Amino acid sequence: MQGCGFLRAPKKPGPGAVSAGLTVHPETTRVQLYLPIADIPVNIFLILAMGAAVGFVSGMFGIGGGFLMTPLLIFIGIAPSVAVASVASHIAASSFSGAITYWRRRAIDPALALVLLCGGTIGTALGVWTFTLLRSLGQLDLMIALSYVVLLTTVGGLMFWEGLRSMLRVRRGMAVSLRRSGSHGWVHGLPFKMRFKRSKIYLSVIPVIGVGLIIGFIGAIMGIGGGFILVPIMIYFLRVPTSTVIGTSMVLTLVTMVFATLLHAITNHLVDAVLALVLMTGGVTGAQFGARAGQKIRGEHLRLLLGLLILAVGIRFAYELVIRPDDLFTIRQTGGAV
Amino acid sequence: MSGRVLCAVFAAMIALGAAGIAQPARAERLIVSVSNHRVTVTPAYSGEELVLFGSVEKDASTPPGRNNYDLVVTVIGPRADMVTRRKERKFGIWINTDYREFIQVPTYLALFSNRPFDAIASPDVERRQQLGLNNVLLTQRVGTDYADVVPNDAFRSAFVRLRREQGLYREETSAVTFLTPTLFRTGIPLPAAVPIGTYKVEIKLFADGALITRTDTAFDIVKVGFEQFVATAARQDGLVYGLFTAFMALMAGWMASVVFRKD
Repeated sequence: MQGCGFLRAPKKPGPGAVSAGLTVHPETTRVQLYLPIADIPVNIFLILAMGAAVGFVSGMFGIGGGFLMTPLLIFIGIAPSVAVASVASHIAASSFSGAITYWRRRAIDPALALVLLCGGTIGTALGVWTFTLLRSLGQLDLMIALSYVVLLTTVGGLMFWEGLRSMLRVRRGMAVSLRRSGSHGWVHGLPFKMRFKRSKIYLSVIPVIGVGLIIGFIGAIMGIGGGFILVPIMIYFLRVPTSTVIGTSMVLTLVTMVFATLLHAITNHLVDAVLALVLMTGGVTGAQFGARAGQKIRGEHLRLLLGLLILAVGIRFAYELVIRPDDLFTIRQTGGAV
Repeated sequence: MSGRVLCAVFAAMIALGAAGIAQPARAERLIVSVSNHRVTVTPAYSGEELVLFGSVEKDASTPPGRNNYDLVVTVIGPRADMVTRRKERKFGIWINTDYREFIQVPTYLALFSNRPFDAIASPDVERRQQLGLNNVLLTQRVGTDYADVVPNDAFRSAFVRLRREQGLYREETSAVTFLTPTLFRTGIPLPAAVPIGTYKVEIKLFADGALITRTDTAFDIVKVGFEQFVATAARQDGLVYGLFTAFMALMAGWMASVVFRKD
């Protein structure tokens, strides 16, 4: 086979190569971005737009937006495991820019954030460990979908209901009562009480650490910051005033998501930095505009809208699980090549 | 472009003809080459087609007047273990229940010929020479055994169907064209999702329903550029990669807050 050297076709066939039987698919050449870890080509503008849209929503509601971003990525065909791991870094970016803004406005309670983080970091580590375990059992995708259905429909339904009720109350001319401190509670009977100055609350650290732990855990498994659960819990359960609740929850989101990014990268090698970068670029931009839009909408309307949105994503997941899939079979490479 | 490829084909004929002289005497000999032995996949890669061309060299012992050659080209990509899972309805939702493991099966597999396999050889020869996706050996773990199953097995056919949908398994019985009775060419389509590694190409020559001779060649698929660098870094230096990604996230967040600062 001596003659081969000079017979090679040119390395990069130009568009003109088509005529010689070299098929080039012209429609897929320009805007495609190849994701190295997800291992699929995607349309860069689609991902950018998704990042911006989710960023807008997250800025508006003061949430990380992971509960929207992760499902969207799964719906366009990225493996749930890669989506979860990559979105963690995207949420870290958007919550960092949010946290800076809230810090300037002095809307963060540092002491409360620190106590939340004690639980949050442990929860994240546990979450990544569980994630790895489920993945080896081949049931990770199902568990991610199921968790989304349960969590989103419950939280979304509750928020929607709550938003609706307070809106009706306003319409009837009744005062909006957030039932602040003193109304009830075993939460307030717990020991290890601590004074959180900026939030003006006096509270046991046990429920605070517990909340941080749970949020960190589900955040690492589901690829969400957890802000949309954390904020209501902090308002209704811990009675944190609305002035500091969003900023403080963003600090927890930021730190747990940075930690989750690190752990996912080290253990499962599933963080797609290219995907994350595109999402961040769209996300942080969208978040800035969303934050401004959010300030113009009333609190109960905001809650009603957010509740609807969360409910919709949850139902979409439930629908995926209930209807007969287009294909009952799936293939996964378990190793051996390269 | 078409002119260049044609030139290349003719140059190949001359070169291959010259190379063929020194070989020991056999009835027929196959001389083949692919247009590119090293395909580099860049981020802009959106699928390409390699060209395999070659010729059938006859010698003195070739039965005179034999020109009715048939050719089957099998391209086998790097092998890997795969799991095929089947969803079933349980408690009202569709979940993965049963699964089958495919052991060291090709990640890419293409079978090309100049006419239908059953016209080339008898069913027995088809099976023995693994002609067609139905006859290629795809080893499964069945209990403690390793074996292939019948072609219409639910898992096997689902596996082959899914790989075909991704363009990674192919079977075309009119893809090989004879330019002259002894000179042939075929295209090997390589979609964007091709796995990297070494690809083996087996070329089998048939006449009158029997295998006359065969030869092998190979090519490599390598991924280069930024995306491959990222993938390698993620696998090999998880910690550094994670730190870098986290740092990137913080920078993006910080920059946004600076750029969009209102006051």
